Formats: sequence, structure tokens, C-alpha cells
Amino acid sequence: MTVPALAKAKPLRLPTVSDTTLDNGLRVLAVRRAGVPLVELRLRVPFAAPAGKGGGPHVARASLLGDTLLSGTQHRTASQIAVDVQSLGGQLSASTDADRLAFGGSVLTTGLPGLLSLLAEVLTSASYPGSEVAGERDRLVQELAIARSQAGVVAREALMGRMYAGHPYALDLPTADAVAAVRPKHLRALHADRVVPAGSVLVLVGDLQPARAVALVERSFAGWTTSRDAVPLPPVPAQVGRTALLLDRPGAVQTTIRLGGGALARTDDGYAALALANLVFGGYFSSRWVANIREDKGYTYSPHSSIDHPPAGSRWVAGADVATDVTAPALLETMYELGRLATVPVAQEELDHARRYATGALALGTASQAGLASTVSQLAGAGLGVEWLRDYPKALASVTVEQVREAAARWLSPTALTPVLVGDTATIADGLRALVDLELS
Amino acid sequence: MTSLSPTYPVERGSLDNGLRIVVLPDRSSPVVAVAVYYDVGMRSEPQGRTGFAHLFEHLMFQGSATLEKSEHFSHVQGAGGTMNGSTHVDYTNYYELLPSSATELAMFLEADRMRSCRLTLDNLANQVAVVQNEIRVNVQNRPYGGFPWITLPPVLFESFANTHDGYGSFVDLEAATIEDAQSFFDRYYAPGNAVLAVAGDVDAAQVLAWAEQHFGDIPGRPVEPPPAFTEPPVTQQKRAVVEDALAPAPAVALAWRTPDPSDLAGYLPYVVLAEVLTDGDAARLQDRLLLRDRTATSVGGYLGVMGDPLDARDPTPLMVEVHHAPEVPVDTVVAAVDEEIALLAAEGLRDGELDRTVKRIVARYLRDVDSVLGRATTAAVLEQQRGRAELLNELPDLLAAVTAEQVVAAAATLRPDNRALLELRPAGATA
Repeated sequence: MTVPALAKAKPLRLPTVSDTTLDNGLRVLAVRRAGVPLVELRLRVPFAAPAGKGGGPHVARASLLGDTLLSGTQHRTASQIAVDVQSLGGQLSASTDADRLAFGGSVLTTGLPGLLSLLAEVLTSASYPGSEVAGERDRLVQELAIARSQAGVVAREALMGRMYAGHPYALDLPTADAVAAVRPKHLRALHADRVVPAGSVLVLVGDLQPARAVALVERSFAGWTTSRDAVPLPPVPAQVGRTALLLDRPGAVQTTIRLGGGALARTDDGYAALALANLVFGGYFSSRWVANIREDKGYTYSPHSSIDHPPAGSRWVAGADVATDVTAPALLETMYELGRLATVPVAQEELDHARRYATGALALGTASQAGLASTVSQLAGAGLGVEWLRDYPKALASVTVEQVREAAARWLSPTALTPVLVGDTATIADGLRALVDLELS
Repeated sequence: MTSLSPTYPVERGSLDNGLRIVVLPDRSSPVVAVAVYYDVGMRSEPQGRTGFAHLFEHLMFQGSATLEKSEHFSHVQGAGGTMNGSTHVDYTNYYELLPSSATELAMFLEADRMRSCRLTLDNLANQVAVVQNEIRVNVQNRPYGGFPWITLPPVLFESFANTHDGYGSFVDLEAATIEDAQSFFDRYYAPGNAVLAVAGDVDAAQVLAWAEQHFGDIPGRPVEPPPAFTEPPVTQQKRAVVEDALAPAPAVALAWRTPDPSDLAGYLPYVVLAEVLTDGDAARLQDRLLLRDRTATSVGGYLGVMGDPLDARDPTPLMVEVHHAPEVPVDTVVAAVDEEIALLAAEGLRDGELDRTVKRIVARYLRDVDSVLGRATTAAVLEQQRGRAELLNELPDLLAAVTAEQVVAAAATLRPDNRALLELRPAGATA
């Protein structure tokens, strides 16, 4: 039985992006990708949280602003907005994080003018009605309680707090008290101050004619004007490995392990090498970490590592949920694999394998309207154009075994990382102390 | 509404061993999806072996007579692709999404494991441990884990097939043997029990030739027709409580039996009804519970135990799930749901309500099948359960043909006395 050889790979056809900055500062990227009669929409509005003690209230207000932006305008109630979006064959949602206010949606082609005009209306005249704000505020408090009952959320909050002390990224979720203190006037003021076209990027991908779509946006969004500029985030603090933190979850059947550290941005020269080091460690199923703690030892179901690119500074994060009684052995193997990658060169075939995967993923991620829209939006958010899809494989192709080791030693070595664990302290703490200094919380 | 039905070309073929093949060529991007659907799911696993269909799915990634453990993953990802499998009540699927230069490779890999599965004690023990950790992370260490997909069927249904936990008990998982796996493979993983679907940047004739070349020599085996899992009708409300030590707030799930999904004309009105009730803030139950009463935190509703209306056979439920604040009594929430359904049954749909609901169902469907993977998996299950992959192109028109009278008549069948009601109560010290 012979495994068939691969056919010659077809080069990725770069999408043609119409790139226009309107008079009000809004940048519009439109791509025709026919297929189904839909248009995908992404809008990013810079929404940087302030550092210092204003951060807590901001995160609470920003979260609730995302939840209530579509709860009423000068002309429509919350129910009318919901009915109108559905009537267009559309869906539209808004959310915020420490960096941005993000809208995501899609609509039947025939409904694009209607959706754009509704979105413009929301941006220029969201009214934050008192009763809707009160209702969403109560819901958000409940949702936060549910979120914080999940070990993964608890671990992430703790990790962000540890990695980014003093920076807005330290506050991943608002506190219930801060949410309870939010009033409609805060949301209206935050909206006026921060929901601004300057620095915002609107992406439209799908069954459209770019020139016509841009003209439509220009007409619909003409009233979205303000002299305010976007507020930039301060750069993140330099990442150093911090003492491991163990949070108690009494009786937990698993320990939630998370590791975090700094990483390079996609625009950095060394990024391709670090991306490949990440893949070899735990970034895909064929990685060493998966082979070791899942496919060999059965400690866990889905260990995974990735590089995230928030604008103020990229980061590397890894996570595995392991059976309680193998917590220390799982951390031992994790440290071993990180240390091995930092000190022993990878095999050439292992590197080539990761390289082929990274290249292929670009084609897979852009092969649907929704995937292409998200890719274009993310690249634009990082200051990159679609040419990156063409140039990045070239960067990947040139990475050497030694560059991967150097990147791993700099960014992924055990001493460069901050571990957070959530689990049954009584059972696991002693075993962990054999491996790491441990801070209990 | 003008037709929104897509016009994807659907080519088909079959082999002497019984394998059915569907090809959906689309040259717009250099990617391909390859999916194999086996007509066996959680409902077919034997007593004492709960979770076996899913465990066996894991074993199908553990090598074959030809390939070592881990080689499947390595071949797919080394070609720039991704892969997965999943186990459902009525089928188990395996799929790859790859650059189209790897089409033949993916077909070879699927043929290879259809021909033989490498079953060793080490791999079995390893994957039992992995599955147990999957259950820990998705059920045992998670608030609302398994609610309601694992916890509601035993309230609604009667038979072992329909009620047991498809993730499996740890005792049953640990009792699984190599012999169990071999006989499961022999019985259910025959070519005649499978559908192969290939969508994307391919030539149909070439795919059919590769199918013959790689799958053609797998010996055919006898295949049983899909069993009937018939249940008696529900004639009085079935009510139960589940306690959740990790959940901070209560929830309630309601479930009613739908008509047999094999009769699309009778079933699609329920697909539309579920969305009239629960699809976003313009839906009846969201409007009532989230915007007006403000008693709920979230409202959801769907057809099928696992949430896909078009991938399960009879019997299957229409489910409504509401998460609410601790200070709101569950009966208040349920009474409001009942009122809204009764109102719909008595007064009918509002102007434009049917049209906008169907528009969004169709838009969401089109978005799913825009990706070659969504297209391949949809075509495969339609071919397997309905014998007509062509329904891929016809469903939007069929949904648009559902009438207001049908939706209202369907609503009238959702009564308190013919449903299951499962209450989830927080039971932890932290609640």
C-alpha cells in the first residue's frame, strides 16, 4: 500500500481588495467573493481601555456598551432592530474587549443597504434606553457569574492579571460591582467619546461589487463624524516568567493548566520562526505536546498552544485540562517539551511538516466568505494587507532549524513563562512543589 | 421570496462493495473537503457499552494495517490540512479539509482505515483515558456540562437506545475490549454502510476514479438497514430535576417529540417553529423572557438532541433551553413559555414573521454550505439519511414553502402534557 504523493500545490490567489478611506476617517475594505448570495461584515472600532484606576469602570461600561448598542436608537426600539435585522436575512452582534469594539454580521446580498443603514444609525444615535440598560446589566451580572464558574475562565483571568499587572490587558472581565454601577449616561458618554470613525476599519466580503459597496458605505456613514481620534493603548510590560499560581477548585476532577508569555508580532522578522516553534510544541495535533501528554500518556483531551496578537503586544498561551491525579506528571512533561525545544534542535522533517501545515492553513482560512472576511479584518487590525498571505509562506520557507531553537529559547523556555493552575489544591499542591515554586491563592 | 436555492453541481457514484459517493466540484478556491459518514451512532451501541460509538471514533485515528498510530494526523497536517471526527446519535463522521493538492491523499487515508483498523491494547487504554478526560473537561468539571443533551433524553424517551449517555460511563468505557471494537468495526464500518462526500476544487470523474482505485478493493460486507428506535407517544408531562454542583444559577429545558424527520413536509414546519420561538431577539421567547419579563439570562431552542435539525432520524426532539436568575421560580419561566406557545397557536403568526424567520434560516444555511466542509458534511448526511444529496440545493425552497398554517398547527402540538421538563438546580457551596 503506497501513500499517494501530493499533487503540485496551487498558489494562493490573492483576493483583490478595494481599499478606501472615507472623509470621516473610516477605512473600508471591500472584496468580491461570489458564491452564496451573502455579504459578510466586520467593523473594528479602536476602543482601548485606560490604564490605572479608570480601567475597572471602563471594562464594565465597555462590556455593557457592547450588550446594549443594539438596544435602541433615535428611531428604533430594541425589538424593532432585532426584527429589522432578521427581515434582511441578516445577523449582527457587537462586543468589546480591551482593544476594540467589534461588530460581526452577515446579510443576504439584497439586505446589504438596509444593514449598513441600520449600522450607521446605531453608530450615530444609539440611545441606551434606561430600561434596556437595566435589563442587560442584570443579565451581564448573571453571565459573569456563569463565566466565573468555569475553570478555564478563572485561569485566564488569573493569567492575564499576572502577565499584565498595571496594564489594561490585566482586566479580562469586569467585576459584578463595577457592572452594577453602570448607568445609561456612562454609556452615552463613552459612546460619544470612543465610537469614532478615525482608526475604524469596515470589511465587507461576499457577493458584492466593491465600488458600489464602498459608495453605499459612503452614503450610509456620511453622518458618522467626530473630531476625536482613537485612543492608543500603552505597550504591554515586558514578559518575564513569574512564579506559578495555584487557585483552589475543591474537589475538581481536572486541573486546568495555562501558561503564558510574550511573543513576536506578525510584522517582526523572527515571527515565522516563533510560529513554527509554537506549532512544533503544541500548536497543532501533530505536535510534541499532544503526542506526549495525550496520545502517549492519556493525561488530557485537548492540549493546545497558540500565539495571540492583541495590538499592544503579542502573547503566547498554552492550555491543557489534565486529570487531577496526573497534574504534576503533566506539568513535568510540559516543562520537558518546552525545555527540549529550547535546547535541542528540531528534526528537519519535523520543521518541514510544521511549515507545510502553516502554509496550508492560509488557504483553508480564506476559502469561504466568512473566513476571508475575518482574515482581512484581522490583518487590517495588525496593520497588514492581504499581501501578507503571499509573503508569509516565503518567510516560513526560509526558517532554519537553528532559528526555531533560538525562538523557542527566547520565548518558550520554561523560565520565560508564567504558569497558572486551577485545581484541587489539597490533592495536587505537594506534587507540583517538586517541580515549581508555587504561590497559592 | 425569490429563490435563494444554490445550484451546486452534485455528481454521484457507487462501488460494487456498496460505498456511495457524492462529489460537489467547485473550483473557486484551491481547497477540498473529504468526509466519510458511517451509518452508526450513539443509539446503536449495546447495553453495557455506553460511549462505545464515540470511543470507537477515537480508535479510528489510531492506525490501520498499513499506517502506524499518529500517521493519519501526520499525513493530513503535513499536507497543510486539518481533520476531525464526531459521533452523533445516528452517525459517526470523519473529515479532512485540505489544499486540493492533497485530495487523493485524503481519499487514500479514509479508504485505508475503512479497510482495517489497528486495534491494540495500548491504543485502547490510551484512548479510554483520553475520552475520560474529554468527559471531565466537557461535563464533569464544567457548569451545565451535558445539559441538556445528555440529561434530557432519559426524561423524554424510554428505550436504552434513546436514553443512555452517549459519552458513556467510566465503568463501561473501561470494560471495552479489543473484541468489542473488532465486532463493532465488522458490523458497522462496512463500505455499504458509508457515504463518501468530496466537495471543492476537484474534477468529479477524477474523484470517482480515485474512489474506485482506493476503496474498490475493500470487500463488501452485509449491511443491516438502520434500526427503528421508535418510542411510544408522550401522554403526560415527564418532569425531572438534575443537580449541578458547579452551576451558579438555575436552568430549565423543555422537549417535545417532533414528527418523523424522514417526512420533510411534516417536519420542516417544526424547523421553522423552533426559530420563530427562539432565533434571536426578534423571536417570541426572547422577546418575552429577555426583553419584556426580564426573567431569563439566555434562551435557546433547536431541533435534535445535538442541535442540528437535519441530521437525526426518528425519534427526535424540539428543545427549548432557558437559563434564569435564581430568584425567578422555574414555574414562572415555564408558564411564560407555555403562554407564548399557546398565543402563537391561538392567534397565528404576525405580519412578516414567517418571511423574516425563513429568510434568516436560509441565510444561515447558505453561510454553512459556503464552506466546502459545510457543503461536504451536509451533502453526506442528506445522502445517508434521505438518499438525496441534491436536497443540499433544494432545502431553501422547501423551507420557503412552509406555510403559516403549518407553523401554527405545529405550535398547537407543543403542550404541557406531552413534553419532558428538566430542571437544573445549582447544588454547589459556591452557588
